[in-house]
Amino acid sequence: MEFQHSHASHCESGVMSSMLRHLGLPISEAMAFGLSSALSFAYLPIVKINGLPLVAYRMPPKFIIKGLQKPLGLKMRFETFRSPEAGEQRLDKLLAAGQLVGMQTSVFWLPYMPEDLRFHFNAHNVLAYGRDAASGDYLLSDPVVETTVTCAPADLRRARFAKGVLAPKGLLYYPEGKPSEPDWAKVLPKAIKKTTRILLDSPIPIIGVRGIRRLAKAIERLDAQGKPAAAKMFIGQVVRMQEEIGTGGGGFRFIYAAFLQEAADRLARPALNELSETLIDIGDEWREFALSTARMIRDREPLNPTKLADQLRAIADREQAFFRDLRRAA
Amino acid sequence: MLDSEVPQEGNSTLGGQRKAMYARGADGKLHIVQSAGWEVEEIVTRQAVEDLNRLAEDARQRVIAGQTSALEFHMHKARMDVPLLSQVTGLWQWRIRRHFRPDIFQGLSAGLLKRYGDAMGLSVEQLKKAE
Repeated sequence: MEFQHSHASHCESGVMSSMLRHLGLPISEAMAFGLSSALSFAYLPIVKINGLPLVAYRMPPKFIIKGLQKPLGLKMRFETFRSPEAGEQRLDKLLAAGQLVGMQTSVFWLPYMPEDLRFHFNAHNVLAYGRDAASGDYLLSDPVVETTVTCAPADLRRARFAKGVLAPKGLLYYPEGKPSEPDWAKVLPKAIKKTTRILLDSPIPIIGVRGIRRLAKAIERLDAQGKPAAAKMFIGQVVRMQEEIGTGGGGFRFIYAAFLQEAADRLARPALNELSETLIDIGDEWREFALSTARMIRDREPLNPTKLADQLRAIADREQAFFRDLRRAA
Repeated sequence: MLDSEVPQEGNSTLGGQRKAMYARGADGKLHIVQSAGWEVEEIVTRQAVEDLNRLAEDARQRVIAGQTSALEFHMHKARMDVPLLSQVTGLWQWRIRRHFRPDIFQGLSAGLLKRYGDAMGLSVEQLKKAE
């Protein structure tokens, strides 16, 4: 079967959606995202990226790939390599056998990425579906790019064997066997409940709704530090994690709202449609927060961390109420 | 966000590419819409890029003034910091900082230079010059 590329907003859910469709189970990106309970919030002050804390709006890398195994009765195989040569040979062998192969890569070394977005981010997922016989370039389907792309072997090798935080170690993954149509009435409520647990019941105060409040507090403290340049870098980082390529906007809230609409149809539960509306509103509020932040960075309005912290707290309150309602509806 | 609200104002940091966003169509359903970019994203991305460029330019000036080695310039240019360069090369951080001293960088062995070059995708010749 000819491979079909599709443009998605998030790399990991996009890769899995394409892979599953190729295996004969058409599942949208939003469904892959929601069914694996990938929505989250985490503020990790200890993990630093270029000296700034990590803020994530979703669960950690590989969570989607792993989370889809159980509901779809699919076994994924993961392989990492000690040497780049071994990793390359294995990829070639799998491609020659007609396998679609998912790979973890570093954005920095992928030449087709826009220059300004090539940071050392090591957990970008792309799909390889073949190799061009003439040039030897790999044929890739990168979900966040509109069309398929090619990548020279030397560049791909660097991207797959980049080092640092979340180093991919050449990670490859591919399905063993075929996925089967799940019992939606069972798997969907389960996946939704899991998401509400992640957002509401985290035992650690930096995950879930509590994490949003913790971040609000950290932003408020920027005021007292009296370092406007550092404060701007900090709030800019929060918005980059929320809006840059790979999120679908609003820190994944819109993609999850799309999932809830699909779930409403599959389960014939209109209540989920109404909840989806609320989540779209919350996503819009995240975007308002991003807008205020950007205006402050560019000095179009005075830098006011307290105002941003209040905006975040309002979002935290809304999300808390929302996920409680969602739990009842599931 | 409605279909009509998906930002199309352009974002130079996307390099002409468009990204997929979720927005609500006329039927109330969310679906993927291609976005040419949002100014907010452009601002925050440019902020990060400009900060990295500033570090590289600052290092370049200090190389000219003889206060640091070309290694520091290339590290910033490759958008790395000392902890990351340490992880990529397998060298201790203090050793890398020591190699920022021009006199010590001058005397580095070919093997070490190659190690740095490989880490940042540069030839040894490129690595020696801050440009």
